[in-house]
Amino acid sequence: MSVTPSVPQAELTEAELKQAAQLEYIWQEPKGFIGWFKAVHHTTIGIRYVVTAFCFFLVAGLLAGAMRIQLAFPESHFLSADKYNQFFTMHGSTMMFLFAVPMMFEALSVYLVPLMVGTRNIAFPRLNAYSYYLYLFGGIMFYVAFLSNTGADNGWFSYVPLAGPDYAPGKRADFWAQLITFTEVSGLAVAVEILVTVFKLRAPGMSLNRIPLFVWGQTIVAFMVIFSLPAIMLSSTMLLLDRTGGTQFFNPAVGGDVLLYQHLFWWFGHPEVYLIFLPGTAVVSTIVTTFSRRHVFGYLVLVLSLVSTGFLAFGLWVHHMFATGIPQIAESYFTAASMMIAIPSGAQIFCWIATMATGKVVLKTPMWWVLGFFFVFIMGGMTGIFVASVPVDLQVHDTYFVVAHFHYVLIGGAVFPLFGALAYWFPKVTGRMLSEKLGQVSFWLFFVGFNVTFFPMHLVGIRGMPRRVYTYPANMGWTLLNQIESIGYIFIFLSVLIFMWNVFRSLRRGALAGPNPWMAGTLEWATTSPPPKYNFLHLPTVNGREALWDAAPNQPIVTGLDEDARSVLTTRTLDAEPEGKDEFPGPTIWPFLAAVATTAAFVASVFTPWGITLGAIPIAITMIGWFWPEKQPAARRREREIWPSE
Amino acid sequence: MIPCCISCKREQRVFDPGSAGAQIANGTALNEVHAGGAPPMMDMSQYESSAYAVTEGKRLYNAFNCVGCHAQGGGAIGPPLMDSKWIYGSHPQQIYSDIVQGRPNGMPSFGGKIPDYQVWELVAYVRSMSGQLPSDVAPSRSDQMPVAKAEQARQKEHPADENEQPVQRNAP
Amino acid sequence: MSLLASVPGFSSNQTALNPAGPAAVHIEHTFALIFWVTASVYVLTVATLVYFVWRRRHTFDTIPEPAPTSTESDRFATRAVTIAMAVTVILLFIMLISSFITSHRLGKMNAEQALTINVYGHQWWWEVEYPNQAEPYRMVTTANEIHVPVGTAIRIHGTSRDVIHSFWAPNIQGKRDLLPGYTTDILMQVDKPGRWRGQCAEYCGLQHAHMSFFMIGESQKDFDNWMTAQAQSSAQPATPQTKHGQQVFLTHSCVLCHTIRGTSAGSRVGPDLTHLASRSTIAAGMLPNTVGNLGGWILNPQALKPGSRMPPNQISGQDLQDLLAYLETLR
Repeated sequence: MSVTPSVPQAELTEAELKQAAQLEYIWQEPKGFIGWFKAVHHTTIGIRYVVTAFCFFLVAGLLAGAMRIQLAFPESHFLSADKYNQFFTMHGSTMMFLFAVPMMFEALSVYLVPLMVGTRNIAFPRLNAYSYYLYLFGGIMFYVAFLSNTGADNGWFSYVPLAGPDYAPGKRADFWAQLITFTEVSGLAVAVEILVTVFKLRAPGMSLNRIPLFVWGQTIVAFMVIFSLPAIMLSSTMLLLDRTGGTQFFNPAVGGDVLLYQHLFWWFGHPEVYLIFLPGTAVVSTIVTTFSRRHVFGYLVLVLSLVSTGFLAFGLWVHHMFATGIPQIAESYFTAASMMIAIPSGAQIFCWIATMATGKVVLKTPMWWVLGFFFVFIMGGMTGIFVASVPVDLQVHDTYFVVAHFHYVLIGGAVFPLFGALAYWFPKVTGRMLSEKLGQVSFWLFFVGFNVTFFPMHLVGIRGMPRRVYTYPANMGWTLLNQIESIGYIFIFLSVLIFMWNVFRSLRRGALAGPNPWMAGTLEWATTSPPPKYNFLHLPTVNGREALWDAAPNQPIVTGLDEDARSVLTTRTLDAEPEGKDEFPGPTIWPFLAAVATTAAFVASVFTPWGITLGAIPIAITMIGWFWPEKQPAARRREREIWPSE
Repeated sequence: MIPCCISCKREQRVFDPGSAGAQIANGTALNEVHAGGAPPMMDMSQYESSAYAVTEGKRLYNAFNCVGCHAQGGGAIGPPLMDSKWIYGSHPQQIYSDIVQGRPNGMPSFGGKIPDYQVWELVAYVRSMSGQLPSDVAPSRSDQMPVAKAEQARQKEHPADENEQPVQRNAP
Repeated sequence: MSLLASVPGFSSNQTALNPAGPAAVHIEHTFALIFWVTASVYVLTVATLVYFVWRRRHTFDTIPEPAPTSTESDRFATRAVTIAMAVTVILLFIMLISSFITSHRLGKMNAEQALTINVYGHQWWWEVEYPNQAEPYRMVTTANEIHVPVGTAIRIHGTSRDVIHSFWAPNIQGKRDLLPGYTTDILMQVDKPGRWRGQCAEYCGLQHAHMSFFMIGESQKDFDNWMTAQAQSSAQPATPQTKHGQQVFLTHSCVLCHTIRGTSAGSRVGPDLTHLASRSTIAAGMLPNTVGNLGGWILNPQALKPGSRMPPNQISGQDLQDLLAYLETLR
C-alpha cells in the first residue's frame, strides 16, 4: 500500500502536455462579464454555492446576534415584537433553506462528488447552473422583501392559520412560501444531478462497495431530497393558494384541516434535519479516515447506517406534533421510531471512535473540528431522547430546551463538520493551505462560544421559557442564563471573524498545498490543486475504497475519450465497468436566462396566481433556447454512434 | 426602490396610533350636506395602503357586529356594502361620517365610542369589499364559511359619485 | 431524581421539575431516568473518545503513511462496537418502556369524576369557562386565571378561537395544543395549593410572549366560595363616583368588546370583566392588577403590549378615576 502522488506538471511528457493543452481548450470556461453567467463547470458553480451559502450564514448569524441582544434583558425594547418575529423567522428560514441544505448538500456535493468519483463534470451541468441561479435569486428575493419590511414573521414552519390568509395580512408569508419553491426546485435539480453522477459516471473499478463514504452520504441525501421535498412543495403551494387563490385547504370552517399542514410540513421537515446532518457525517467519515491514517472501520456498517437513517427519517415526523394530541398507539409508534434513529447514529459514532482508536490520530484543524463535532453532536443526540419520549416531550416541546437540542444537533452535526470540511478541502479548492494556528484559535473560540451560548438554553427551557418569545418577565429566573447565552454569542462572532481573516490571508499568503497535502486517499487528491476545468488529465481507475492508498503500482488509466469534445466515460451502476462514452454540453447563457424567467414567474405569483400562467411563456422560450439542438455535437454523435440509432 | 416603498407602506403595522389617531371619533361631519365642524386632518391613505390596517378593519367589522346587519357585505337588515350603490356617498370621508354619525333606520352611531383610527380601519375595510383597494392590500379569504369571493379577488365597483369630490367646508 | 430536582433554580412555579400534580410527577420520573441514562452514556462515550485520541495521537508535525489495518485490532474493535451497540439498544428499550408506562399513567387519571373546565385560546389571552350542567345559566366565565380545587381531577376541554395556541402549565401537566377546528381534552390534577404559572407554548403571533395564565390550586371550600362569588352578577355601583364610572364604561368603547354581567355590556370580543377585581393580574398575566396598572392599560394598551386587540382610550382624568373606582368594585 502506498500513496501515489499525482504526477507533477514537470514530469509530464510531450504528448501529455499536448493533451493537457487540448483538454484545457475544450473544457475552458468562457471569459469576461457575460462569460461569468455562462459557466457550467461543477467546480465553478460549486465555489459559487459555497460563497453564497456562507454569506447567508453570516447574515442569519447577525440576525441571531440582534435576537441575543434583545433577550439579554427582560422586557427589553431593542427590537419590537414585530421586528423580533421577523428576525427569528428570517434566521430560521435562512439557516435551514439558504444555508444548511444548500451548503451541506448542494455546495459540497456539487464541488466534490464529481471529483471523488473521478469524472470530468457533474451530470446535467446546465441544470446545475440553473439550480444555482434559482437558489441565488430566491435568497435575494427573500432578503429584498425583508429589507422592505416584508420579512416572513410566522416562524420557519409558517403554521396555518397564523400564516394563513386570515391572520397574516400583507405579503410576508407569500414570500416565505415562494422562497420554499425556489429552494425546492434547486434542491431537486441537484439531487438528480448527484444521483446520475454517482450511478453513471464513476471511475472504472469504483463498484458500489468502493464508493467513498462522503459520496455515499450525499447519495442518500439526494434520495431523501427527492422523497421529502415534494411534501413541502405541496404544503407551501397549498398555503400560497389559500392566501392568493382563495382555496380552502386549511379552513376548518369548511372541513379544511390545520393539522394537514403540519403533517405535510414535518413529512419534509424531519428528513430535512437528516438532509443537513448526513452530509456532516459524510464529512466526518472522510476526515476521520484521513487523519487516523487507516481505512475507516466498519465501512459496511457506516453505509448501512446512512441508508437506514435515510429510511427511518421518514417514519418519525409526528414527534414534532406530540402536543397536538395524538392517539396513544400512534404516540407509542412514533416514540419507538424516534428512539430507533439513535441506533444507526450510535453505530456511526462507535465506528468512528474505533477507527481513531486503532489508527494514528493526526491533530490538524479539520480533525479538531471533527472532535468538536463528537462533543457537541453526541450531546444533541442525548437530548434527542428527551424529545422522542412523548411524556417528556410534552414538557420540553416548544421551549428553549428544544432550541438547545436542535442547535446541538445541527451546529454539532453540520456546522462543526462544515468548518472541518472548509479547512480540509480549502487547499484543494484554492491551492493554498489555511493557517493552522488561526484555524485552531477559531475552533476553540467557536467551541467554547457555542457551549456558552447553547448549553444554558437547556436549563432555561426546563425552567419554563417557551421558544419564539420576543421578551420575558424579569422575575422568572431566566435573566442570568439569557445573559450568559448572549455573551457566548460574542465568542462565536469572533471565531467566525478569525476564520474569515484566515481565509482572506491564506488566499494570498498561504503555503502552497500541492496536490495532496493531507496524504488522503480519495480521488479528488489525485489531481492538481486547484483542479483544472477538465478535473483529471487521465481519468483514473480505482482498486480499493481509498483509491490513492490502494492504487496498484501500475494503476491503469482511462484512454480513448474523444479529444475534440467534452467527452466523459459512463460506467455501469453496480460494478462501475465501462459502458460507453457521452458528451457533455458546453457553457451557455440559457440556464441563466431561464432562471431569470423562472424567478419572474415565481415572484409575480406572490401577487397574483396569473404569475405562473403568464410567467410560463418566457420560461418556455428560454427552455427552447436551452434545448435547441446544436449542429456540431449532433453530427458528432451520429458519426460516433454514442447514441446508436435504432 | 419603487417596489420597496410600496411594500413598506403595505406592510406597515402601526400598533400605537398616537394621540391624534386615538382621539375618540366625535361625529364631526365631513360633508357639506351634514351639519358639523371641520373635517379631521387625517391621512387616510395610510390605512388604505396598509394590509394590516385593512385586516384590523375586517376584525373590527366582525367584533362590532357590523355583520349583524350588513352580513359579509351582501347586506340583510342593512344595505349591501359590496356593490356600487351608496345611499350616503361612496367617498371614504362619507363612509367615515356614516359610521361616526349613524344613519336613520338602524345604523347606530359609533361616534364618541371608538377611536378615530378604528373608524378609518373600518372605512378601509368597507371600501375593500367593493374592490376599491389594490389586491395586495385587500384581505384574502377568511377562515369562515365562504359566502363571497375574497375581497382581494373582487372586481372594482364603480359608484355613480366616484369622480365627484365631496364638497368640504372650510374650518369655521 | 431528587438530586436533579434539588438543583437550585428549579423551584420556580413554571418548571416541569417542581411538580405540583401527579401528571407532572410521572413525567419528572421519566425525565430523571432519561437524564441519568443519557448523562452516563455521554460521559462514557466522550471519555472513551478522549482517551483513545490522547493515546493514539501522532505527535510529530508530519503526516504518517496510511497504516494497513490489522485484523487483530479490528477484531477487538468489532467486539467493542458490537457490545456498545447492544448496550445502546438495551438502554433505549428501558427508556422506551419507561416512556410508555408514563404515557399510560397520564391517560389513566380519574376521568369519571373530573371537573370540566373549558379553555379557549385567543390572541393573546385565555378565556376560561366552568360549565354548570344542572343550572346552565350559572356558568362561570373568567379569563387568564383558572381556580381549581386541589386533589380533584380536572378535564381541560380546550379549543382555539383563532390561531393555534398551546396550553401549558409545566408544574401540573405537559402541554396540549389548542387547534381551531379541533377540541381537545386533557386530564390533570393539582395536588399542591398555590399559584402555578402557565404560558402559551405555540407561537401565536405578535404577543405570544405575553400570553400567560395562572392555575390556582385551593382547598375545596375556598374553591366553592370562589365559584359561588363568580356565578353572581356584577356588583351594582353604590356611590355616585362608581355610578358615574359605570356610565363611563357603558358609553365608551369598553362596552363594544367586554361583558359585565348585570349591565348592558355583553360583548364577547375581550375578556369577561364581571369580577375583574377578583383577578390578580391583567393583560394575560402581564401586569399585577393594581389601580395604576389598570389605568395605564386602559389609556394605552398599545404602549404596554403592542399589537394587542385593545385600542388606546382617551378618557378625561375624572372619568378615568371614576371608571377605575367602578372596576375596583367588581369583586
